[in-house]
Amino acid sequence: MLRIVAWRIPQIAATLLLLSLAAYLAIGAMPGDPIALAMMADPRLGPADIERMRALHGLDQPLLARWWAWLSGVLRGEFGYSRLFARPAAEILWPALRGSLVLLGTALGLAALLGIAAGSLAALRPRWRGAVDALALVSQALPAFWLGILMIILFAVTLGWLPAGGAPDAPGMLEALRYIILPVATLAIAHLAAYARHTAASMAEVLRAPWITAARARGAPERRIALVHALPNAAVPLLSLLALDAGALVSGALITETVFARPGMGKLLTDAVMGNDHNLALLALLLVATTTLLATLAADLAQRALDPRLAERRA
Amino acid sequence: MTRLRLGLAILACLALGALAAPWVAGWLGLDPDVPDLLARQAGPSPEHPLGTDELGRDILLRLLYGARISLAVGLAAAIASSLIGLAAGLLSAWRGGWVDALLMRLADFLLALPALPLLVLLAAMDPAAIGLPRGSAWGDVGRITLILALFGWVGVARLCRAAALSTLARDHIRAARALGVSEARLLRRHVAPALAAPLTVAGSLAVAGAILAESTLSFLGLGIQPPASSWGNMLANAQDLVFSAPMAALWPGLAIALAVAGAMLVADGLRGQDR
Repeated sequence: MLRIVAWRIPQIAATLLLLSLAAYLAIGAMPGDPIALAMMADPRLGPADIERMRALHGLDQPLLARWWAWLSGVLRGEFGYSRLFARPAAEILWPALRGSLVLLGTALGLAALLGIAAGSLAALRPRWRGAVDALALVSQALPAFWLGILMIILFAVTLGWLPAGGAPDAPGMLEALRYIILPVATLAIAHLAAYARHTAASMAEVLRAPWITAARARGAPERRIALVHALPNAAVPLLSLLALDAGALVSGALITETVFARPGMGKLLTDAVMGNDHNLALLALLLVATTTLLATLAADLAQRALDPRLAERRA
Repeated sequence: MTRLRLGLAILACLALGALAAPWVAGWLGLDPDVPDLLARQAGPSPEHPLGTDELGRDILLRLLYGARISLAVGLAAAIASSLIGLAAGLLSAWRGGWVDALLMRLADFLLALPALPLLVLLAAMDPAAIGLPRGSAWGDVGRITLILALFGWVGVARLCRAAALSTLARDHIRAARALGVSEARLLRRHVAPALAAPLTVAGSLAVAGAILAESTLSFLGLGIQPPASSWGNMLANAQDLVFSAPMAALWPGLAIALAVAGAMLVADGLRGQDR
């Protein structure tokens, strides 16, 4: 296990390094160069002032040198300022990350729970198979942002039960709960399908295994066979889905947070990109990527711990 | 075959609608991009079969013109991803060694990253900086297609590599090599046909993914720019008016869901999951 971590951590670091360079280059090609914006704001600035400002901010350096200067600052913990919010970037990033993790954790738990239940139902009761398949197709084809809008129309506009979005203004668990129900439901429905499909396939395979026949021969009741003998074994491959899904979940959070105007990493990233806040956009992207890569690693490790065959195969 | 037929029928209906858009516009005597401030948010009527949006533009026409954009991006991105993926997968399997290692590490790198945040960043780039025209609808289509293909080839390449590896290990390949067939002919005549099946499945899945991704980017305001309509940017406008005109959000979302479900059904049918 330790060997895997020791092998994967440098890989993750290399991925992030490469990503930071690619993103830095891409951001260089975004409209809204800060100096150009300053020029537009003040017509008295002449070419000499522009040159002076470029030198002052180090923009006359080659791109690679600027990237390196930025990166070494970040590695020393100097995250710089956010132009959009006019505050240190770190003060904005951490609360946003916490908000996203709460949303993602709740939605993922709900999606896995409901998906595993629906998938097991499809595998154990063939009558339900068609219905679960159709549900999975619908949930995969619905664009998450449309689902969110439909939820807002039904529960906020028509019924008026829940707020249409935003962050709670009054403290308290109940208030926070009211604001999180719709985003969590949207994200969970969008991710339910994959879990239902994989559980159905994996359950069907496990139910054909010899030890299930052996359990039946010993006279174990069907309920016990399904819950104790089949489900835990069918659940192990789901962890690899969880590992693959980490990136998709973060993408889903970006959509739900934007639709529901909910503070979090996804909304922060889109706001920063749209508001020409280059430093914040870069930091948000790297933080999101780090979270995704670490979540993938954690799911991988959990899968290895539960399935010793994997640990033997490629240590 | 029912799934394949159902999926193809859905996609064919949408494609027919997209092709018929100019005729419908001529028949209704309207332009999809020109506002009519005297007929804002009108309900369905003979002049406007699905009503009008917040600027008085005909919703049906905007849906049909949006279909041209969404289907074009879906198809173009899927074709580009398939071609790059096929080339990369085939090269990886045939050449092996460091080429294989390099291509597959690159694939791992792209797969490990969260896709949408990166797409958002790339879509925000100035199109002029990468040599594309700025401010035209078809320029936007090219830009989005390019960005989607940049990530879309990975899945195709992995599938093609696996299929090519298993084909290359078979006896008829050894026999062909023993007979002195050139490597280019070997790949074209004996390996490529075996890749057709996985390639069509991956291609139709790529269509579904590209339509969804385009509409998401347009919804966020980074894809197709108004006044040109796309299903995604129609929904972005509709969300701002969710309290005054909730019905406007219905049609574009339904169109996206239908197109994506159609492409997924085709992929499912091709994969032979029919019962």
